[in-house]
Amino acid sequence: MEIELAGISHRYGDFEVLRDISISIPDGQIVCIIGPSGCGKSTLLRFIGGLERPTSGHVLQLGDLPPDCLNPLTYIFQDFALLPWRTVAGNVSLVLEDHGIRGRKAKAVIADVLSRTRLTDFSDALPRQLSGGMKQRVAIARALAVNPAVLLMDEPLSALDSQTRELLMDDLVTLWSRQPFTAVYVTHNLAEAVRLGHRIVVLSRRPGCVRDIIEIDKPLTERKFGDPDLDICQRQLWQLMRDEARAADSELIDV
Amino acid sequence: MSEPGVVREVSFRGGGFSPRPRRWVGVVVFVVLIALAEWGTRTGWISALTLPKPSDVLQTFRELYSSGLLFKHLFPSLTRLAVGAAMGVSVGICVGVLIGLFSYVRSGLVPVVAAIFPIPKIALLPLFVIWFGIGEGSKYALIAFGTFTPTVVATYGAVDNVDRTLIRMGQSFGLSWFSIVRKIVLPGAMPGILSGLRISLAIAIILLVAAEMLGAEYGIGAYILEAGSLYDLERLFVGVIILSVLGVVVSALIGIAERRLLDWRV
Repeated sequence: MEIELAGISHRYGDFEVLRDISISIPDGQIVCIIGPSGCGKSTLLRFIGGLERPTSGHVLQLGDLPPDCLNPLTYIFQDFALLPWRTVAGNVSLVLEDHGIRGRKAKAVIADVLSRTRLTDFSDALPRQLSGGMKQRVAIARALAVNPAVLLMDEPLSALDSQTRELLMDDLVTLWSRQPFTAVYVTHNLAEAVRLGHRIVVLSRRPGCVRDIIEIDKPLTERKFGDPDLDICQRQLWQLMRDEARAADSELIDV
Repeated sequence: MSEPGVVREVSFRGGGFSPRPRRWVGVVVFVVLIALAEWGTRTGWISALTLPKPSDVLQTFRELYSSGLLFKHLFPSLTRLAVGAAMGVSVGICVGVLIGLFSYVRSGLVPVVAAIFPIPKIALLPLFVIWFGIGEGSKYALIAFGTFTPTVVATYGAVDNVDRTLIRMGQSFGLSWFSIVRKIVLPGAMPGILSGLRISLAIAIILLVAAEMLGAEYGIGAYILEAGSLYDLERLFVGVIILSVLGVVVSALIGIAERRLLDWRV
C-alpha cells in the first residue's frame, strides 16, 4: 500500500506549523523525515496515522491492504508506550484482543512476532524488568502482530543509548530485508536517516515545508556503521540543515 | 593544581530522605505506651478516672468475648461498613471515571463534588433518617455518602494522571473506547484509586460510629455510646480499640490489594 500526502498545511491558531507538504511514500520503502526540532515532523506523522487532523490537505491510502491486516497504519512510539501492568506477551495480546483474536490463534501470532524480535524467552517478563532496547523490540513485535501496511515510527530510537541504537538499527534492517515493509520514519538523527532511509525528506524550520528529498540507492543490507558513502550523504544533509537548526535553536517556544 | 601534602577525605553528604519500613518499631511503640499506662495506673500516678487500667480493659474485652456479645455487636457493624462502603466506593469510582473522561460531566460535577465534600456527613444523619428510615437504610446511606466524595476526587485525579501516550497508543491500534477505558485507563488509575480508598475507608469507620449512635441496638458505635453515657471507661476503651484494630485490618487489606494489583510498579 502507498501513502500520498497532498498539500498538507497545519496551524494552531495564528501559529503556522506546516505549509503545503506533498510527499508520496512508495510501497515497500522506508521514508525518513528529518528536520530541525519543532518543525512539525511528529505532527505530520500523527496526521498520517489519523491521530490528528491537518487544517487543510489530505492523507490518501493508495492500493490494497495486505492480507490479514488488522491495523493498516501502525505506530512505534519514542517512549515505547507499553502497558507496565502487562507482560511482554500481554502487551502484544492487547492489540489482538480487540480484533477478536484470542486463544490458540493469538498464541501463534504472539510466538511468531516474539521470535522475529528475539524475545521468546522474555514473554512473561514485565516491562520494568526489560532494558530500553528490549522494550522497543516489544513495541516492534506488537506492531508486527497486527500485520500493518505502513509502520509509522516516531523517533523510535531516540530514547535509547547509542550502542543499543546501533543494535536496533541492525534489527530493523534484518526485519526489512526478510520481509520488506513500508515505513515512515521520523527522526532528528541523521545517522539513522542515512542508515534506514530509501528516501529522506528534509523539512525546513517552522513553518515546516519540504526543503529537499534525497534518495539513497545503496541497499539497506550493504549499509554499515561508518560507511563512507553514507558519511558523504550525511554531510550533505547536515549542510542543508545546519543554518535551520541553529535558527530553530534560538527561537522562543510559545506553543 | 594539587598542593602536595594536603590530603583530605571527601566527607559524605548524601543519604537520607528515603524512609524504609522497620517492622518491629511500630510494635515496640505500642508495647511501651501500654506498659507505661499500666505502670502509671497501678502506681496511682495516673488516676483511675483519667485512664482505665489496660489490664482491666483486657478483662472487659474477655468478658465481652465470652458472653458472645462481641460478635453480636461486631457483625452488624461490619455489615453496615461493607454495604455502605461498597455502595459509596463503587458509585464514586464510576462517577470519578466519568469526570475524568468527559468534559461536560467534569464541568458539571466537579463543583457539585466540591460543594458536597466539606459538609460534615454526620450533620445530615437526621435527613437520612427521614429519607431512608431509622433502620439500616439511613446507616448505609450515611457511610455510602461519606465514602463517595473522597473516592470521586481520588479517582478523577488518578484518571487525569494516566499516561496519555498509552491512550494514544490504544487509539492508534484501533482499540474500542470501552477497551481503552477497561484495559488502559482503569489499570493506570488503580494506584491513585487504591490510595484514595485508604482515606475513604477510614472515613467509613468514623461514620459507622456516628450512624450507630442513632437508633441502633447493636453495633460497635452503639456499644461505645452506651459505655460513654455511663462513664464506663473500660468498655469505652474496648470499643475504641476494636475500631482501631478494624482500621489497621482495613489498611492491611488495602496493602495486600496494592501488592497484588500493583506488582507491576517499580
